[in-house]
Amino acid sequence: MFSQFKYWKPFIGPFDPCKPIKVKSYSTPPHLYIGFQPPGMKQFSPKDALMHGTLWPQLYSPYPDPNKGVKKD
Amino acid sequence: MFYYEKKLQYPVRVSTCNPMLAKFLIEQYGGADGELAAALRYMNQRYTIPDKVIGLLNDIAMEEFSHLEMIATMVYKLTKDATPEMMKAAGLGDHYADHDKALYYHNAAGVPWTATYIQAKGDPIADLYEDIAAEEKARATYQWLIDMSDDPDINDSLRFLREREVVHSLRFREAVEILKEDQGKKKFY
Amino acid sequence: MTKQMPPEYYQCLEEIQAIDFVIVELNLYLNTHPNDLEAIKQFNECSKKSMQLKVEFEKKFGPLMNFGRSYANYPWDLDDTPWPWQV
Repeated sequence: MFSQFKYWKPFIGPFDPCKPIKVKSYSTPPHLYIGFQPPGMKQFSPKDALMHGTLWPQLYSPYPDPNKGVKKD
Repeated sequence: MFYYEKKLQYPVRVSTCNPMLAKFLIEQYGGADGELAAALRYMNQRYTIPDKVIGLLNDIAMEEFSHLEMIATMVYKLTKDATPEMMKAAGLGDHYADHDKALYYHNAAGVPWTATYIQAKGDPIADLYEDIAAEEKARATYQWLIDMSDDPDINDSLRFLREREVVHSLRFREAVEILKEDQGKKKFY
Repeated sequence: MTKQMPPEYYQCLEEIQAIDFVIVELNLYLNTHPNDLEAIKQFNECSKKSMQLKVEFEKKFGPLMNFGRSYANYPWDLDDTPWPWQV
C-alpha cells in the first residue's frame, strides 16, 4: 500500500553498544506504485514545480521523513 | 552536437563555507552512483538501445550533465574561500596536497572515478534495469547526504536532485513497459 | 571580479529556470507518452514562453548560449562573467 515511508522494529540485543533506534524507516517514493504515469495528472505551477523537483504533486517524495520522531505503533 | 547555456537547472545557494560538506558531496560528482557516472552511462547506452527509447536515454543523459554542474557548483562554493587549515581540518588535506581547490572526479573517500562504475550490456532490459537501479542508488545517496548536512540551502538543492532520481526511475520503468509491449502495437490513452 | 549582479538578474533567471524545468519534465514525460496531445500543446506553449523570457533576459544581462544560439555584442561578451557556478 502506498505511503512515503515504511517503518520496522529491528531486534534489539542486550549487548548492543549504541543507544538503540527502536523504529527504523525507509523511503518508498510514489513512482514505485505508479507503474505507468496516467495522462492528465494535476500539475504544480512552474515555480512550485521547480521548487519540488517535479511537475506533478503525485510524484513528489519528501525527504527527510516529515513524520520523523512522531510516535507510530 | 552540444550547446552550452549559461544557467544552472536549479538555483544553487550555499549558506556557509563548509569544506567538510564538500568532501561528502563529491560522492555525487565522481562516485559510483554519482552524476558523472549517470550521464556517461545513458550517453553510452543510447547508441544500441531500441529506437523507441533512445530519446529518453538521450534526454536524461543531458539532464544528468546539468546535475553534475549543480554538484560542482556546491563543492566549488563550499570550498572557494576555505584556508588550507580549514581544508585540513575538514579531512581534505589529502585532496589539497594533490589538487589545491580544484575539483576532481573521485568519491567521498578519494577513490578516482572509473568506467567500471557503469555497464553497457547491449541487452535493453538488462541496461534499463541497471539504469533503474542506478537512479534508486543515487536517490539513496542523496538521502544520506541530506542526513549529514545542516546547510539549509544545500539541502534545498539536494532535495531537488533526489526528486529528479524519482522521476527518472519512473521514466525508465515506463521504458521497460514500452519494450515489453508488442512492437508496432500503438498505445492509446 | 567585483561586478555584482542586481536582484533582478536572479529573479529573471529563476523565472527562466522554472519554465525550462516544466519543459524538461514534459519532454521526459512525452518520450514515454508520445500520444498525449494536451502535453504536446503545453510543451510548445512553454517553449515559446521560454524563448520570449530569454530574449528579454539577454537584452539586460547578455547572451545565454554559445555557438550561435544567442547573438553576441561588441566587445565580444559570450565569455563574460559571471558563470553559473559563480553567481
